[in-house]
Amino acid sequence: MASATFNLEGTFKVHNLDTAPPTETTATEEELLDYFKTMYTMRRMEITCDNEYKARAIRGFCHLYDGQEAIATGINDAFTQEDSWITSYRCHCVALIRGGSVEKVLAELFGLQNGYTKGKGGSMHFYNKEHNFYGGQGIVGAQVPVGVGLAFANKYKTPEGEHMPVSLSAYGDGAANQGQIWEAANMAALWKLPAIFCCENNSYGMGTSVERHTSNPDGDYYKMGNAIPGVKIDGMNVLSVREGMKFVKEYCASGNGPIYVEMNTYRYHGHSMSDPGTTYRSRDEIAATRSARDPIEFVKKCLIENNMKDEGELKEIEKGIRKEVQKAAKAAKAGPIPPPEELYNYIYAEDGSKEKAEKQKFIRMPQYKNSVHNA
Amino acid sequence: MATIDMPVREALNQAIDEEMERDDAVYIMGEEVAQYQGAYKVTKGLYQKYGERRVIDTPITEMGFTGLAVGSAYKDLKPIVEFMTFNFSMQAIDQIVNSAAKQYYMSAGDISCPIVFRGANGIAAGVAAQHSQCFAAWYSSVPGLKVLAPYSSEDAKGLLKAAIRDPNPVVFLEQELLYGTPFPMSDEAQGKDFVIPIGEAKIEKEGSDVTIVTFSRGVGLSLEAAEELTKKGINAEVINLRTIRPLDRDTILSSIKKTGRVVTVEDGWPQCGVGAEIAAMCMEDDGVFDSLDAPVQRICGADVPMPYALNLEEAAVPQINDIVEACEKATYRGK
Repeated sequence: MASATFNLEGTFKVHNLDTAPPTETTATEEELLDYFKTMYTMRRMEITCDNEYKARAIRGFCHLYDGQEAIATGINDAFTQEDSWITSYRCHCVALIRGGSVEKVLAELFGLQNGYTKGKGGSMHFYNKEHNFYGGQGIVGAQVPVGVGLAFANKYKTPEGEHMPVSLSAYGDGAANQGQIWEAANMAALWKLPAIFCCENNSYGMGTSVERHTSNPDGDYYKMGNAIPGVKIDGMNVLSVREGMKFVKEYCASGNGPIYVEMNTYRYHGHSMSDPGTTYRSRDEIAATRSARDPIEFVKKCLIENNMKDEGELKEIEKGIRKEVQKAAKAAKAGPIPPPEELYNYIYAEDGSKEKAEKQKFIRMPQYKNSVHNA
Repeated sequence: MATIDMPVREALNQAIDEEMERDDAVYIMGEEVAQYQGAYKVTKGLYQKYGERRVIDTPITEMGFTGLAVGSAYKDLKPIVEFMTFNFSMQAIDQIVNSAAKQYYMSAGDISCPIVFRGANGIAAGVAAQHSQCFAAWYSSVPGLKVLAPYSSEDAKGLLKAAIRDPNPVVFLEQELLYGTPFPMSDEAQGKDFVIPIGEAKIEKEGSDVTIVTFSRGVGLSLEAAEELTKKGINAEVINLRTIRPLDRDTILSSIKKTGRVVTVEDGWPQCGVGAEIAAMCMEDDGVFDSLDAPVQRICGADVPMPYALNLEEAAVPQINDIVEACEKATYRGK
């Protein structure tokens, strides 16, 4: 199996740490191909969302992740399915990689019963407990203390002295200023919880750039934990993300307490589909990032320069993935709309399990006479 | 075991202790719950018994620790979050409503949230505006939450155990002024599996002339009012809601159909309060509306922030007299 060594020098910075992630790593052709296919699938899925949103098949909010694919891909590779992951509303790609499928993601966005959360959630509310994916959360920053709670549960359930599964709370530079993040980090440090605070810094909190929303002139989101150690990682390099997160996971799982992570990245789309993304940044900036730092182009380069695959072969793979995504979109669209009873299903759990929702004695509907008894 | 008298705080303590003993997933977190033994001593002795893994003192960071507890509940732990008073829950209300209450629904049943938020709610004595708010109305409007308000020690123990065992987020509204009040605890109530079902109101006193619907401190006031009313020849029925969400519509509405008259009693503000909901229920249900012989009377806390001076505070808060007069009005016996 072909493999190559990659230099990672300059892609990490550390804060309050004596050790650091490695300066180089090896990757096999199989691994690189896997990253390429995963990220390209994510890319095509998000572009499909863009098209479908403009065609009005998707409603409400739609926050796209294209440009940031290396982060989700690298983290997932460094973690096991026992590690917990919670993120913001920019969650389609994490939902995909954590036990999801393009069809289920798209069906959810179309508001259909075959969707990820049966059409109950929409773009911001994907969940997969079996794969330890906790969303998909709509309130900026609120997911971070919740993520620390996942770490708390991991520690609570692990016998003393053993390696714990970790928990990663992902949030943007916009959310990084939230006080509740510090509240959660403070407790994580006091109680030595295996919690990772992962700031995906794409330089903009909606339309407000880092310089305008964070008083620390360099951002330095990986230093915001004060005494808590931090690692800064090049978020466009999937190998740096992988190695950086392996390092971070080991640190936290061993009981050293929390770590702050900052990943520099970029989103090609605006904040959401309601935002063209060009009123607060130039098209030149977007184009320059795309040509110099694109995460998928990076992996392609790794494959090509190490004679693992040539341009033509990669183009074929891309073609195949485009077809797959189109197929998935078609299959997603074929699903049924949720039945009317779904409106008042899953208000309460009966025994905490997925399928057993408690029957509601009375649900008041807009008109009283349509109220439902014994739902 | 014979019936004994037990103050409410001890009944709460017993409930938490028994549930922690029964299930390792149960833990309690909040300000001063561990080493201080609880700001109101509700968690007395638990830290000594269960240690710091399960009885956890937090920094003064409600938003943070509430979110943290919610996350742990996603992963099958059963947290009891203590708010020193529910006034401080406002700092955490986003986590309660958006991260806990709505989670099972948004995830189409994938992630449930078996958490209890408990603490002192509503009026106290002389603590003024920022420390005297009643949150029954706000929390009970949220689908996905269950909201309980005990009155007696039996209520406190049975409902808290039910709340802890329930796989849904439960807001448990205690009343500081009742913590020290002793109530009889039957044999059964002293047992380790004494659980009161959620969603069932209790008829504390049966009557025929007017229905008083109330909860928490209002129950005590209403029972005293009922005694005075009996002397005046008015036989009041007193319903202790116990659960504010989901309301026990069957018990409430059949009582109102029987008596044809209703008075609601709560300490919280009038606009959009629990009494307002009961009044609306009476209008909407044809069977009830046709049975009504008088308009609904609401007794609520005054529509003002809570003042400090004793005479002003007393004027701002429902008194027994207010309930008696309302019942007289409803039965057309008063002025």
